[in-house]
Amino acid sequence: MLIKKSGEIKESEITPESVYNSRRNFLRAGAVGAMGALAGGLWARDSFGRPVMTQAELAGIVKSPLSTDEEQNSWEQITGYNNFYEFGMGKDDPARYAHEMNIDPWSVKVEGMVGKPGDYSVDDLIKPNKLEERIYRFRCVEAWSAVIPWVGAPLKDVLERLQPESGAKYVAFETLNRPDEMRGQRTRSLQWPYIEGLRLDEAMHPLTLLAVGLYGRALPNQNGAPIRLIVPWKYGYKSIKSIVNIKLTKDEPPTSWNVANAREYGFYSNVNPEVSHPRWSQATERPLGGFLKNKKTLMFNGYADQVAAMYDGMDLSKYH
Amino acid sequence: MRVVLFRISVLAACVAPAAVLLYRMFVSRDLGINPVETLQHETGTRSLQLLLASLAITPLMRLTGGSPLIKVRRMLGVWAFIYAFAHFMTYLAFDRLFSFSGVIEDVALRRFILSGMVGLLAMLPLALTSTKGWIRRLGGKKWKKLHQLAYLAVVAGGLHFVWKEKVLTVETIGYSLTVIALLGFRLVEALRKRSRAQSRAPR
Repeated sequence: MLIKKSGEIKESEITPESVYNSRRNFLRAGAVGAMGALAGGLWARDSFGRPVMTQAELAGIVKSPLSTDEEQNSWEQITGYNNFYEFGMGKDDPARYAHEMNIDPWSVKVEGMVGKPGDYSVDDLIKPNKLEERIYRFRCVEAWSAVIPWVGAPLKDVLERLQPESGAKYVAFETLNRPDEMRGQRTRSLQWPYIEGLRLDEAMHPLTLLAVGLYGRALPNQNGAPIRLIVPWKYGYKSIKSIVNIKLTKDEPPTSWNVANAREYGFYSNVNPEVSHPRWSQATERPLGGFLKNKKTLMFNGYADQVAAMYDGMDLSKYH
Repeated sequence: MRVVLFRISVLAACVAPAAVLLYRMFVSRDLGINPVETLQHETGTRSLQLLLASLAITPLMRLTGGSPLIKVRRMLGVWAFIYAFAHFMTYLAFDRLFSFSGVIEDVALRRFILSGMVGLLAMLPLALTSTKGWIRRLGGKKWKKLHQLAYLAVVAGGLHFVWKEKVLTVETIGYSLTVIALLGFRLVEALRKRSRAQSRAPR
């Protein structure tokens, strides 16, 4: 894969004082420090002054016209606050414990109604593409949101190379299931492995991304390394992380949150401010970093122009 | 004198978490990446903990055979309300931007919000009548009766916490069991009292 080794970070780029400006960071750094030697987990800043963990830099990234120009959340926010129940239910559990997951070697099994099934490395799947930076809005069902510069390749290109059969209608995905390394899987918070799915046309949509990076660097484990899905017009839990299995199917596959609670989490899970949720109003959202839940949530998370046509004629409160 | 010291230390324990939160919010600015979530979680769990503590006083006194514990029960209850009110204010200000129609929508549609609101409203008259003056005005018996609203408050508050989480957690299960134990104690007491009263009653 197009990865430069992390040893290339210059001494001058490492300015820990500026990052260690809060007690919380300090504590987290303590936890991260233990994995530091292993994963190169020192905090540094990139040339834009953004704090960056020394994940390997990805080379040859091109910009995408599909990116938003909204202000991006910081590396610290994106990598320090998210849901990844495989590592625990707290928002900082992934940052704290995801280093326990071993992502090398990594293999993705491709199966089902596909012309070229088999076991693929991340390189096999992604490398024929030029890596693209896609700056997308991200909307969690818990009504917080972020703007995130992912790096990856359109899932469409990857699937086309794998040659879906004409009868294939859905794509099912599965996350790594390794309780020894993923402590959240030792509890029954959800059924493991985590599973997700898309309709084939959703999977083939130009916005749908297989991400391998963040802020120009390899994905940190807590964000779903080494390869994850990004579907920016759906609630975050659809964007499955640390993928080990991709299966093309005729029938709609089961999905983790729908299995756990069908009333609250539908198969489609499109961001929709008009569909009331039993727990959180979805009309507004709190941009990560702010106090106020004052941002109006947009239909399809602001991607309606590109994706609404796929759902023409569907009752979106029924198929929520 | 020992009772005074005891009361002062319990008061300090009640005030400390609020002081820490205010310090983290305004001085060290380290409430985390989602500060509102931190504020809501801290005030909410603190309120529930204090409410549970106040309800644990009676069983504890029964076990220890009388003690100065009773001297801090009202204080615990009042602080449970203070944290619940602060909790509500963070929701009203940061989540709902003081939109009362938004709050009403939430209460109508979401059992998670409804239960929280019931808990808060159940505690309100208790906080208002927590002074010695009110005990005198109402008379001990009536006051005690009114303050059984704490049972409703703790059930509503417990449900609010359980329903807030997307899945059952160790934490919410722990709180639920505590609520059940403390209310179960009272149920058993009440049943015992009744059967005693019946056996004494003339045939």
